[in-house]
Amino acid sequence: MRCGVVTFPGSNCDHDVYHVLKHVLDREVSFLWHDATDLRSCELVVLPGGFAYGDYLRGGALAALSPIMAAVREHAERGGLVLGICNGFQVLCEAELLPGALRRNRDLRFICRDVHVRVERNDLPFTEGYAEGAVLRMPIAHAEGRYFASEQTLDALDDAGQVVFRYVDADGAEATPETNVNGSEQSIAGVCNVGGNVLGMMPHPERCAEDVLGNTDGLALFAGAVGMAAEGLGVAV
Amino acid sequence: MSKKNESNDDPVTVEVTVYPRPEILDPQGKAIAGALGRLGFDGIADVRAGKSFRLRLEGVSADEALERAEEMADKLLANTVVEDFEVELVDEEAP
Repeated sequence: MRCGVVTFPGSNCDHDVYHVLKHVLDREVSFLWHDATDLRSCELVVLPGGFAYGDYLRGGALAALSPIMAAVREHAERGGLVLGICNGFQVLCEAELLPGALRRNRDLRFICRDVHVRVERNDLPFTEGYAEGAVLRMPIAHAEGRYFASEQTLDALDDAGQVVFRYVDADGAEATPETNVNGSEQSIAGVCNVGGNVLGMMPHPERCAEDVLGNTDGLALFAGAVGMAAEGLGVAV
Repeated sequence: MSKKNESNDDPVTVEVTVYPRPEILDPQGKAIAGALGRLGFDGIADVRAGKSFRLRLEGVSADEALERAEEMADKLLANTVVEDFEVELVDEEAP
Protein backbone atom coordinates (compact mmCIF):
# COMPACT_ATOMS: atom_id res chain seq x y z
CA MET A 1 0.00 0.00 0.00
CA ARG A 2 1.33 3.38 -1.02
CA CYS A 3 1.22 6.04 1.70
CA GLY A 4 1.37 9.82 1.46
CA VAL A 5 2.37 12.31 4.12
CA VAL A 6 1.21 15.85 3.47
CA THR A 7 3.69 18.62 4.18
CA PHE A 8 2.17 22.03 4.88
CA PRO A 9 4.43 25.03 5.42
CA GLY A 10 5.06 24.51 9.14
CA SER A 11 4.43 20.76 9.41
CA ASN A 12 7.05 19.29 11.73
CA CYS A 13 5.94 15.72 12.36
CA ASP A 14 5.86 14.77 8.69
CA HIS A 15 9.28 13.11 8.81
CA ASP A 16 8.36 11.18 11.96
CA VAL A 17 5.30 9.72 10.22
CA TYR A 18 7.36 9.03 7.09
CA HIS A 19 9.94 7.23 9.22
CA VAL A 20 7.38 4.96 10.87
CA LEU A 21 5.71 4.03 7.59
CA LYS A 22 8.90 3.69 5.57
CA HIS A 23 11.51 2.36 7.97
CA VAL A 24 9.52 0.64 10.70
CA LEU A 25 6.74 -0.81 8.53
CA ASP A 26 8.65 -0.94 5.23
CA ARG A 27 5.89 0.68 3.15
CA GLU A 28 6.23 2.88 0.10
CA VAL A 29 5.80 6.50 1.21
CA SER A 30 5.74 9.88 -0.55
CA PHE A 31 5.67 13.37 0.80
CA LEU A 32 2.79 15.32 -0.70
CA TRP A 33 3.37 19.08 -0.88
CA HIS A 34 0.49 21.32 0.23
CA ASP A 35 0.06 22.94 -3.16
CA ALA A 36 0.01 19.66 -5.09
CA THR A 37 -3.31 18.78 -6.61
CA ASP A 38 -3.14 14.99 -6.67
CA LEU A 39 -2.28 12.29 -4.18
CA ARG A 40 -0.03 10.26 -6.49
CA SER A 41 -2.15 7.12 -6.01
CA CYS A 42 -1.60 7.04 -2.26
CA GLU A 43 -4.14 4.89 -0.47
CA LEU A 44 -3.39 6.19 3.01
CA VAL A 45 -2.95 9.94 3.44
CA VAL A 46 -1.60 11.34 6.70
CA LEU A 47 -1.93 14.98 7.73
CA PRO A 48 0.85 15.32 10.27
CA GLY A 49 1.29 17.48 13.34
CA GLY A 50 3.10 20.76 13.66
CA PHE A 51 1.74 23.97 12.26
CA ALA A 52 0.33 25.06 8.92
CA TYR A 53 0.48 28.50 7.34
CA GLY A 54 1.46 29.88 10.74
CA ASP A 55 -1.91 28.67 12.00
CA TYR A 56 -3.04 32.21 11.28
CA LEU A 57 -6.72 32.88 11.93
CA ARG A 58 -7.24 29.46 13.63
CA GLY A 59 -5.20 26.27 13.72
CA GLY A 60 -5.79 24.50 10.42
CA ALA A 61 -8.16 27.13 8.99
CA LEU A 62 -5.96 28.20 6.08
CA ALA A 63 -4.52 24.73 5.50
CA ALA A 64 -8.07 23.44 5.04
CA LEU A 65 -8.26 25.57 1.89
CA SER A 66 -4.91 24.50 0.41
CA PRO A 67 -4.90 22.79 -3.02
CA ILE A 68 -3.95 19.36 -1.65
CA MET A 69 -7.04 19.38 0.57
CA ALA A 70 -9.35 19.26 -2.44
CA ALA A 71 -7.66 15.98 -3.40
CA VAL A 72 -7.79 14.75 0.20
CA ARG A 73 -11.51 15.54 0.31
CA GLU A 74 -12.15 13.55 -2.87
CA HIS A 75 -10.08 10.67 -1.52
CA ALA A 76 -12.05 10.72 1.75
CA GLU A 77 -15.36 10.86 -0.09
CA ARG A 78 -14.35 7.79 -2.10
CA GLY A 79 -13.75 5.98 1.19
CA GLY A 80 -9.95 6.38 1.13
CA LEU A 81 -8.07 6.36 4.43
CA VAL A 82 -7.12 9.71 5.94
CA LEU A 83 -5.37 10.14 9.29
CA GLY A 84 -4.95 13.57 10.87
CA ILE A 85 -2.67 13.88 13.86
CA CYS A 86 -2.69 16.95 16.12
CA ASN A 87 -2.53 19.89 13.67
CA GLY A 88 -3.74 17.43 11.03
CA PHE A 89 -6.83 16.81 13.21
CA GLN A 90 -7.40 20.58 13.35
CA VAL A 91 -7.12 20.74 9.55
CA LEU A 92 -9.68 17.92 9.14
CA CYS A 93 -12.14 19.70 11.46
CA GLU A 94 -11.66 23.03 9.68
CA ALA A 95 -12.17 21.26 6.35
CA GLU A 96 -15.39 19.79 7.82
CA LEU A 97 -14.21 16.29 7.03
CA LEU A 98 -14.65 15.68 10.76
CA PRO A 99 -17.22 17.26 13.08
CA GLY A 100 -16.37 19.66 15.90
CA ALA A 101 -13.51 22.04 16.56
CA LEU A 102 -10.33 22.20 18.61
CA ARG A 103 -10.05 25.14 21.01
CA ARG A 104 -7.36 26.50 23.28
CA ASN A 105 -6.64 24.11 26.14
CA ARG A 106 -8.70 24.73 29.26
CA ASP A 107 -5.66 25.96 31.19
CA LEU A 108 -4.31 28.02 28.27
CA ARG A 109 -1.05 26.14 28.35
CA PHE A 110 0.86 24.17 25.79
CA ILE A 111 0.88 20.62 27.16
CA CYS A 112 3.61 18.20 26.20
CA ARG A 113 3.47 14.91 28.06
CA ASP A 114 2.32 11.32 27.90
CA VAL A 115 -1.38 10.70 28.44
CA HIS A 116 -3.54 7.60 28.45
CA VAL A 117 -6.27 7.06 25.90
CA ARG A 118 -8.79 4.26 25.64
CA VAL A 119 -9.63 2.60 22.34
CA GLU A 120 -13.40 3.04 22.06
CA ARG A 121 -13.83 0.94 18.94
CA ASN A 122 -11.51 -1.47 17.21
CA ASP A 123 -13.42 -2.16 14.03
CA LEU A 124 -11.65 0.56 12.05
CA PRO A 125 -8.59 -0.10 9.91
CA PHE A 126 -6.71 2.27 12.24
CA THR A 127 -7.65 0.44 15.42
CA GLU A 128 -8.15 -3.18 14.48
CA GLY A 129 -4.72 -4.01 15.88
CA TYR A 130 -5.91 -3.07 19.38
CA ALA A 131 -8.29 -4.77 21.76
CA GLU A 132 -11.50 -2.83 22.36
CA GLY A 133 -11.07 -0.83 25.56
CA ALA A 134 -7.28 -1.12 25.39
CA VAL A 135 -5.53 1.68 27.27
CA LEU A 136 -2.66 3.20 25.32
CA ARG A 137 0.04 5.58 26.47
CA MET A 138 0.80 8.26 23.91
CA PRO A 139 2.38 11.71 23.98
CA ILE A 140 0.39 14.85 23.35
CA ALA A 141 1.97 18.20 22.43
CA HIS A 142 -0.56 20.93 21.80
CA ALA A 143 -1.99 24.25 22.95
CA GLU A 144 -5.24 23.88 21.03
CA GLY A 145 -6.57 20.41 21.54
CA ARG A 146 -9.71 20.92 23.58
CA TYR A 147 -12.33 19.14 21.52
CA PHE A 148 -15.64 20.91 21.28
CA ALA A 149 -18.85 20.09 19.49
CA SER A 150 -22.45 21.09 20.14
CA GLU A 151 -24.49 18.79 22.37
CA GLN A 152 -26.45 17.73 19.33
CA THR A 153 -23.25 16.80 17.50
CA LEU A 154 -21.88 14.98 20.56
CA ASP A 155 -25.07 12.92 20.74
CA ALA A 156 -24.79 12.13 17.04
CA LEU A 157 -21.14 11.09 17.50
CA ASP A 158 -22.17 8.78 20.31
CA ASP A 159 -25.01 7.26 18.32
CA ALA A 160 -22.81 6.63 15.31
CA GLY A 161 -19.87 5.40 17.38
CA GLN A 162 -17.57 8.08 16.02
CA VAL A 163 -15.55 8.61 19.20
CA VAL A 164 -12.44 6.50 18.67
CA PHE A 165 -10.18 7.59 21.56
CA ARG A 166 -10.97 9.06 24.99
CA TYR A 167 -8.61 10.44 27.61
CA VAL A 168 -8.59 8.12 30.61
CA ASP A 169 -6.41 7.44 33.61
CA ALA A 170 -3.85 4.64 33.56
CA ASP A 171 -6.54 2.17 34.67
CA GLY A 172 -8.86 3.12 31.84
CA ALA A 173 -11.33 5.14 33.95
CA GLU A 174 -12.74 8.04 32.00
CA ALA A 175 -11.85 11.60 32.97
CA THR A 176 -14.35 14.51 33.01
CA PRO A 177 -13.99 17.81 31.13
CA GLU A 178 -12.81 19.25 34.47
CA THR A 179 -10.15 16.62 35.02
CA ASN A 180 -9.07 15.50 31.58
CA VAL A 181 -5.82 16.85 30.24
CA ASN A 182 -7.10 19.73 28.11
CA GLY A 183 -10.79 20.19 28.90
CA SER A 184 -12.16 18.26 25.92
CA GLU A 185 -15.88 17.56 25.82
CA GLN A 186 -16.58 13.97 26.87
CA SER A 187 -12.79 13.52 27.13
CA ILE A 188 -12.63 13.08 23.38
CA ALA A 189 -9.09 12.57 22.06
CA GLY A 190 -9.96 11.26 18.59
CA VAL A 191 -13.00 11.01 16.32
CA CYS A 192 -13.74 9.49 12.95
CA ASN A 193 -16.24 10.30 10.23
CA VAL A 194 -19.41 8.27 9.79
CA GLY A 195 -17.68 5.98 7.28
CA GLY A 196 -14.78 5.32 9.65
CA ASN A 197 -12.18 6.03 6.96
CA VAL A 198 -11.18 9.46 8.26
CA LEU A 199 -9.63 9.63 11.74
CA GLY A 200 -8.43 12.67 13.63
CA MET A 201 -6.61 12.50 16.95
CA MET A 202 -4.62 14.83 19.18
CA PRO A 203 -2.12 12.27 20.59
CA HIS A 204 0.94 11.45 18.51
CA PRO A 205 1.13 7.72 17.64
CA GLU A 206 4.19 8.36 15.45
CA ARG A 207 6.13 9.38 18.56
CA CYS A 208 5.60 6.01 20.19
CA ALA A 209 5.97 3.51 17.39
CA GLU A 210 9.44 2.08 17.82
CA ASP A 211 11.27 0.17 20.55
CA VAL A 212 14.07 2.70 20.66
CA LEU A 213 11.55 5.34 21.78
CA GLY A 214 10.62 3.25 24.81
CA ASN A 215 6.98 2.97 23.78
CA THR A 216 5.39 1.19 20.83
CA ASP A 217 1.72 1.79 21.68
CA GLY A 218 1.24 3.83 18.49
CA LEU A 219 2.66 1.30 16.06
CA ALA A 220 -0.47 -0.84 15.71
CA LEU A 221 -2.37 2.21 14.51
CA PHE A 222 -0.11 2.65 11.49
CA ALA A 223 0.15 -1.11 10.99
CA GLY A 224 -3.65 -1.30 10.91
CA ALA A 225 -3.92 1.58 8.48
CA VAL A 226 -1.57 -0.17 6.02
CA GLY A 227 -3.30 -3.53 6.38
CA MET A 228 -0.77 -5.15 8.73
CA ALA A 229 -2.97 -5.30 11.83
CA ALA A 230 -2.80 -9.11 11.89
CA GLU A 231 0.91 -8.98 12.56
CA GLY A 232 0.30 -7.71 16.10
CA LEU A 233 3.09 -5.16 15.90
CA GLY A 234 3.72 -3.06 18.99
CA VAL A 235 0.90 -4.66 20.93
CA ALA A 236 1.71 -6.02 24.37
CA VAL A 237 0.68 -9.65 24.64
CA MET B 1 -15.30 55.39 -18.84
CA SER B 2 -17.95 53.09 -17.59
CA LYS B 3 -20.63 54.72 -15.59
CA LYS B 4 -20.94 53.18 -12.15
CA ASN B 5 -23.48 53.54 -9.49
CA GLU B 6 -22.23 56.41 -7.34
CA SER B 7 -22.17 54.28 -4.23
CA ASN B 8 -19.84 51.82 -5.97
CA ASP B 9 -17.01 54.26 -6.65
CA ASP B 10 -15.29 54.13 -3.28
CA PRO B 11 -14.39 50.99 -1.40
CA VAL B 12 -16.79 50.17 1.39
CA THR B 13 -15.30 49.33 4.77
CA VAL B 14 -16.89 46.53 6.73
CA GLU B 15 -15.93 45.28 10.15
CA VAL B 16 -16.41 41.63 11.03
CA THR B 17 -16.26 40.87 14.74
CA VAL B 18 -15.87 37.27 15.87
CA TYR B 19 -16.55 36.05 19.40
CA PRO B 20 -16.55 32.63 21.05
CA ARG B 21 -20.15 31.49 21.35
CA PRO B 22 -21.66 32.16 24.77
CA GLU B 23 -21.95 28.48 25.68
CA ILE B 24 -18.25 27.92 25.00
CA LEU B 25 -15.73 28.17 27.79
CA ASP B 26 -13.45 31.11 26.95
CA PRO B 27 -10.38 30.62 29.13
CA GLN B 28 -8.65 33.60 27.54
CA GLY B 29 -11.52 35.93 28.40
CA LYS B 30 -11.57 34.52 31.92
CA ALA B 31 -7.84 35.14 32.37
CA ILE B 32 -8.24 38.72 31.10
CA ALA B 33 -11.16 39.28 33.49
CA GLY B 34 -8.92 38.12 36.34
CA ALA B 35 -6.12 40.48 35.28
CA LEU B 36 -8.51 43.44 35.03
CA GLY B 37 -9.70 42.61 38.54
CA ARG B 38 -6.11 42.66 39.78
CA LEU B 39 -5.72 46.12 38.25
CA GLY B 40 -8.55 47.29 40.45
CA PHE B 41 -11.38 47.30 37.93
CA ASP B 42 -14.31 45.78 39.74
CA GLY B 43 -17.75 44.75 38.63
CA ILE B 44 -16.54 42.73 35.67
CA ALA B 45 -19.28 40.20 35.04
CA ASP B 46 -17.66 38.61 31.99
CA VAL B 47 -15.01 39.12 29.32
CA ARG B 48 -15.15 37.37 25.95
CA ALA B 49 -11.98 37.58 23.90
CA GLY B 50 -12.65 37.75 20.18
CA LYS B 51 -11.08 39.25 17.12
CA SER B 52 -12.08 41.66 14.41
CA PHE B 53 -11.36 42.05 10.72
CA ARG B 54 -11.62 45.26 8.75
CA LEU B 55 -12.34 44.63 5.07
CA ARG B 56 -12.29 47.23 2.30
CA LEU B 57 -14.44 45.96 -0.54
CA GLU B 58 -14.44 47.47 -4.01
CA GLY B 59 -17.12 47.72 -6.65
CA VAL B 60 -20.03 46.98 -4.35
CA SER B 61 -22.80 48.90 -2.69
CA ALA B 62 -22.98 49.02 1.09
CA ASP B 63 -25.65 46.32 1.13
CA GLU B 64 -23.66 44.07 -1.17
CA ALA B 65 -20.55 44.65 0.95
CA LEU B 66 -22.40 43.52 4.06
CA GLU B 67 -23.73 40.48 2.28
CA ARG B 68 -20.29 39.49 0.99
CA ALA B 69 -18.64 40.06 4.36
CA GLU B 70 -21.30 37.89 5.97
CA GLU B 71 -20.51 35.09 3.54
CA MET B 72 -16.76 35.47 4.15
CA ALA B 73 -17.29 35.35 7.90
CA ASP B 74 -19.45 32.26 7.60
CA LYS B 75 -17.00 30.45 5.31
CA LEU B 76 -13.65 31.45 6.80
CA LEU B 77 -13.31 34.31 9.27
CA ALA B 78 -15.38 32.57 11.93
CA ASN B 79 -15.64 28.89 12.75
CA THR B 80 -19.35 28.74 13.44
CA VAL B 81 -18.99 25.54 15.44
CA VAL B 82 -17.47 27.64 18.21
CA GLU B 83 -17.80 31.29 17.19
CA ASP B 84 -20.49 33.88 16.44
CA PHE B 85 -19.89 36.90 14.27
CA GLU B 86 -21.31 40.35 13.62
CA VAL B 87 -20.88 42.38 10.47
CA GLU B 88 -21.20 46.17 10.30
CA LEU B 89 -20.35 49.06 8.03
CA VAL B 90 -17.60 51.39 9.16
CA ASP B 91 -17.61 55.04 8.26
CA GLU B 92 -13.90 55.67 7.78
CA GLU B 93 -14.48 59.41 7.48
CA ALA B 94 -15.87 59.52 10.99
CA PRO B 95 -13.54 60.92 13.61
